[in-house]
Amino acid sequence: MSATISIGKTLLESKLRSEDAIYRHIIPAGDPWICEIKRGQYFRIVDLHGNQAVDTLFYNAHDYSDRYSAQDTIQQQRNLYLTTGTKLISTAGTVLLTIVADTCGRHDTLGGACASESNMVRYAIEKRHMHACRGSFLRAVIEWDHGMSKRDITSNINFFMNVPVTPEGKLTFADGISEPGKYVEMRAETDVLALISNCPQLNNPCNAYNPTPVEVLTWAAEP
Amino acid sequence: MSETPILWEETIQPGAAWSHVLKRGTALRVTDLEGGANVGGIFYNFECPTERYNLPDTLKAQHIARLTAGYVLYSDMGRILVSVTGDSVGWHDPIGGTSSRQLVESKYGPSSYQHERNDYHKNGRDTFLIELGKWGLGPRDLVANVNLFSRVDVADDGTMTFHPGNSQAGDHVDLRAEMNVLVILNTCQHPLDPAPKYQPKPVQISLRRVGAPKSDDPCRISRPENGRGFTLTERYFL
Repeated sequence: MSATISIGKTLLESKLRSEDAIYRHIIPAGDPWICEIKRGQYFRIVDLHGNQAVDTLFYNAHDYSDRYSAQDTIQQQRNLYLTTGTKLISTAGTVLLTIVADTCGRHDTLGGACASESNMVRYAIEKRHMHACRGSFLRAVIEWDHGMSKRDITSNINFFMNVPVTPEGKLTFADGISEPGKYVEMRAETDVLALISNCPQLNNPCNAYNPTPVEVLTWAAEP
Repeated sequence: MSETPILWEETIQPGAAWSHVLKRGTALRVTDLEGGANVGGIFYNFECPTERYNLPDTLKAQHIARLTAGYVLYSDMGRILVSVTGDSVGWHDPIGGTSSRQLVESKYGPSSYQHERNDYHKNGRDTFLIELGKWGLGPRDLVANVNLFSRVDVADDGTMTFHPGNSQAGDHVDLRAEMNVLVILNTCQHPLDPAPKYQPKPVQISLRRVGAPKSDDPCRISRPENGRGFTLTERYFL
């Protein structure tokens, strides 16, 4: 069964060309990235090598206490998975961004980010030392130096990750449905701060046991 | 839970908030008095509230998208805040979130204290924020919540549907504190409840002292992950 059929959504490509982007950056495997995106700008994440989880948080750039809310986002669209048309909603009900193109088909927002502590629970107490998303998130917000802390690291989006829920209420980590070159593109509906951890997890198949780089691109707002 | 005396019993009125530091070794029973109740809940380590209930870690450690007896609620620090030690319902919702002022007004129309006094329409987000404020916490501390007594079904394509009639009068759930846990509850309606009327329901809470979880505790042995979660929690108190 192809990914497209199981999702029941039409994959939508963007008309924007990479060569017209005003910003391009490759996030190395396992690294964080933090950057502001202005209202009206388009923001794309490209899964360069396929099946790479991109743990992502967004904040209202004018008030970091108003931030992406996984529960408000899925509640308002009454659907667990993120794809074209999904509005990314904040804790205060602000629409932060809208997904406008998606060649992967669906993205997770229940699986959260890996952390040393959750790795100890999930795999073995000896896993404490392993590089994890929360370490990347914390390093990024400390270097950003705007007073953010662990209180601001909340339930994130996992772009390109496939975490289906069964009718019996089980959470499963299924094989990825992304491939090299698949991307997701969003339009910022307000000025936002984007925070990414390009996931370094080696204990499960979320990165196909081989974390790889991803590319982020930004296009100017339409005139 | 029937062996030890009830230390405290109280009714949480419809659309109200309640908070308490649930001490390690005590257990809270929440009882749906009329059927169809919804209880939003968020949980913090009282000694260090930046350690708080973590929805993804709870779900992925136990491979679940529902809560019932035998499962536990994890903090973001790999520790267990509370265990679900008893449940007559079978399904409590961890994913549906809470209601907002905009949602409650769009569903049930305008409402104000000036017109309705204490029956004015409450919403989950404001109710949580007010109660959080009493403990020195605020919007940065508002995290994903659980909804006791409610159920949201998820179809293969991801569609989420409120499951009516999930809880009956007299149904109850037992939450045992594994740390000193700041518990914040509210009895606002579930955000996906399709009922056309504003009709939140009351619940009763009762508190008992219970022993420390034994080596064969059902929550501890339900999964190897939970065994490690209890070990990490017990180490915190060494």
